[in-house]
Amino acid sequence: MVNDKGTAPDPSDDKNIQVYSLSTCSHCKATKRLLAECTVQYDFVDVDLLEGDERKAIIEDIKKINPRCSFPTIIIGNKVIVGYKEKEIKEALGM
Amino acid sequence: MDARKLYEQLRKIHEPKGYYFNRDEARTMELIEALIVNKERYGYMACPCRLASGDRESDKDIICPCVYRAPDVAEFGSCYCNLYVSKEWNEGKIPRDYVPERRPPEKIVF
Repeated sequence: MVNDKGTAPDPSDDKNIQVYSLSTCSHCKATKRLLAECTVQYDFVDVDLLEGDERKAIIEDIKKINPRCSFPTIIIGNKVIVGYKEKEIKEALGM
Repeated sequence: MDARKLYEQLRKIHEPKGYYFNRDEARTMELIEALIVNKERYGYMACPCRLASGDRESDKDIICPCVYRAPDVAEFGSCYCNLYVSKEWNEGKIPRDYVPERRPPEKIVF
């Protein structure tokens, strides 16, 4: 697959990737492994390891995009993916 | 607690009820170890794939095996975490769909 520049798409192409995860969650770990395999840069927050106001603030942020506040909640560019959905994640990465 | 020992203990309790551990042993052991982490952290084995509040009363529906395991395994062949699955799921006889969160949002307190 090539893009309009005639080159292979770069999955890391200035897409901001944020993962809200739990340190104990297998789906979250699988998501991080997948992103690493795709060699994309991403930020993550393990919400279960946060405390107090920091935790509350992050939870409020997650609820805005995923009212169930389930994990992983993944933001790739302007797309929100809830859960380890390999196909959707790869599509959002342009792969 | 030793993860392998807990695995065997739980297996003996749950297999006769028709709930099998995911055959992907790396995944299963990862989850068993996470249950031990939560037991140490909260005092009870909160579901590793959900954010526990730390309050046993609020979290009682998500103490593993959670109350959603039975309907999830009945509908999808797997619990939310893919820890407990049906024989058919393990044998690949049914599609391995993503199991959506069944816990009502109002139950979630932080």
